[in-house]
Amino acid sequence: MSAEQLTETRIGRLANWNVAIIAITAVVLVIAAASVNSFGTAQNFGFLVLDLLPIALVALPMTLVIVTGEIDLSVASTLGLSSAVMGYLWNANQPIETIIPVCLLLGAVLGAINGFFVTVLGLPSLAVTIGTLALYRGLAFVVLGDGAVADFPAVYTDWVTGTIAGTPIPNVLIVLVVLAVIFGVILHATPIGRAVFAVGASEQAARFAGIRPGRLKFWLYVASGTIAGLAGVLWTLRYSSARADNGAGLELAVVAAVLLGGVSIFGGKGALPGVIAGVVLLGSLQNALRLSDVSNEALNVVTGVLLIASVLGPNLIRRRT
Amino acid sequence: MTAVELPAPKRSSLDVVLRARELGIVLALVLLVAVTTISNPRFLSGQSIRDILLNTAILAVLAVGQAVVVITRNIDLSVGSVLGLSAFTVGTLLQNYPGIPVVFALLVGAGVGAACGVLNGVLVRYGNVPALVVTLGTLYVIRGVTYFWAGGSQINADELPPSFLNFGTADIPWLVILAVVVLVVTAVVLRSYRTGRELYAMGSSPQAAQLAGIPVGRRTIGAFVVSGGLAGLAGVLFAARFGTIDAAAGTGMELNVVAAVVVGGVAVFGGSGTVWGAALGALLLTTIGSALAVLEINQFWQQAIVGGLILLAIGADRLVAVRVAAGLKKRGSHVG
Repeated sequence: MSAEQLTETRIGRLANWNVAIIAITAVVLVIAAASVNSFGTAQNFGFLVLDLLPIALVALPMTLVIVTGEIDLSVASTLGLSSAVMGYLWNANQPIETIIPVCLLLGAVLGAINGFFVTVLGLPSLAVTIGTLALYRGLAFVVLGDGAVADFPAVYTDWVTGTIAGTPIPNVLIVLVVLAVIFGVILHATPIGRAVFAVGASEQAARFAGIRPGRLKFWLYVASGTIAGLAGVLWTLRYSSARADNGAGLELAVVAAVLLGGVSIFGGKGALPGVIAGVVLLGSLQNALRLSDVSNEALNVVTGVLLIASVLGPNLIRRRT
Repeated sequence: MTAVELPAPKRSSLDVVLRARELGIVLALVLLVAVTTISNPRFLSGQSIRDILLNTAILAVLAVGQAVVVITRNIDLSVGSVLGLSAFTVGTLLQNYPGIPVVFALLVGAGVGAACGVLNGVLVRYGNVPALVVTLGTLYVIRGVTYFWAGGSQINADELPPSFLNFGTADIPWLVILAVVVLVVTAVVLRSYRTGRELYAMGSSPQAAQLAGIPVGRRTIGAFVVSGGLAGLAGVLFAARFGTIDAAAGTGMELNVVAAVVVGGVAVFGGSGTVWGAALGALLLTTIGSALAVLEINQFWQQAIVGGLILLAIGADRLVAVRVAAGLKKRGSHVG
């Protein structure tokens, strides 16, 4: 960012961060495609999208939750419990057409539990969702133990891993794009979105303006849970394996991607295009490094540094001006 | 994350509440031990108690450090990774120089941890980044560094000097003694020393603390150094107790530590709670784990129970806080 950009209004600065992160992402994609063999191939594009999918999906509602000044650390556990229940019901010979809606509903209920504790009882969301992080993951293990359930119907697993006929575009990308557009429109073009920003900027002021922060947050948690439930279903179908530990630790990557996308952890600021760029940046960096034979665990360093840098960078620049 | 600001209750009533709070954990503990012992008397055997206390020692040291940070309205999620790095550092050191005395190993571990704490503290203080984000980041970074260094290698018990392993498994429970010393020293400093009281002031109201002339920045870094140092110390205890160390040592431990602290009655938004409570929380969580095994309940329930306990604890604290605030208002003291 150059100096004159920074003297602009807050909204201007935010837009600039969005532009910056999108630009950085584009640069990383170009460098990766040029320097890493097989990064730019159609096959790898498919893998990249599938790898990104759960983080991207969960990041959508998480963006709204964080903009209101709350957080939801239980999403990965909700994903895991959804996957475990999916395996359990499949083992119990339920039809998959019943199982998928049940898993989405389960996600909604788990989100509603978070919402209840945060909005009705007024407890800090950080503590509540650390609690439900442990609770939901624990329940996933209670439901399924440490085994795995496989052999889901090929029609579904093939669809999730497949591409639109004749193109290299993965089917699941449609799901992602549709949901991203929905969340983007809600956040940036509807009264609900204005309310989300208002609550994040000042809950009290929002209340005086006629917004009900509690009700808004409650439904955001329900949305967050539902999408995490969906991510659990897609995760299970992608690997054709329902396991209680599916998606463990994913919440950190999601929060990292959202903050990297320029959303303020204190609430009130953020934009969805930046978040999408954050997800793509995180995912493609990891993908490119993995193709370059960097071990999975060592990739943690990249995620961690990016996370800190994403918040530290704008702060330091802001202080200098 | 906006907390509803409650008027601060007076010291005396706060004391009563906190005492009752720790009493609650003790009662839960007694109840748990009683029920388990009735169902299986072996639960109260010397060996079983010993195992529980040795396992508690590691968690309690971490919880004490975490409590110090949480009291200042911060959080340190990197402790599990710091434990891993410290354990692997000390393990490698002892592998190459078996003659090193145990005390030196403890100091090295604590030093590694304290260095990580400095990193966290400086980023929080000078970077103006919330502790949650910083320590989430360093959780990744420190674990990643350990993996870079260790790769898939593992240090086994037979590669460690017997004197060190003896420290973890001898008849004299050194781990427990060390944990108690850490606990008592921290408790006294927090209760009776100026620095300790300043940490509570910072947690209650960072701005007021700043205006009152408390060096908030230095104290914040100090709290992270304590938490990191103790996590490093816990890493050495971990190595001595289990003897097998790889890059994954202590993964996910931060969750149990935060759980112990929250269950122990330390408020997530700072300013109240004691390290006694945190240590009791650690003891309760560890005992639940052992009790499940003895009661032949599916081990998988443990994590769910931990989650339920966190929710129960913060719910109960909230209720008590609301009651205290209401009671004070009724008495006509000018608050709010």
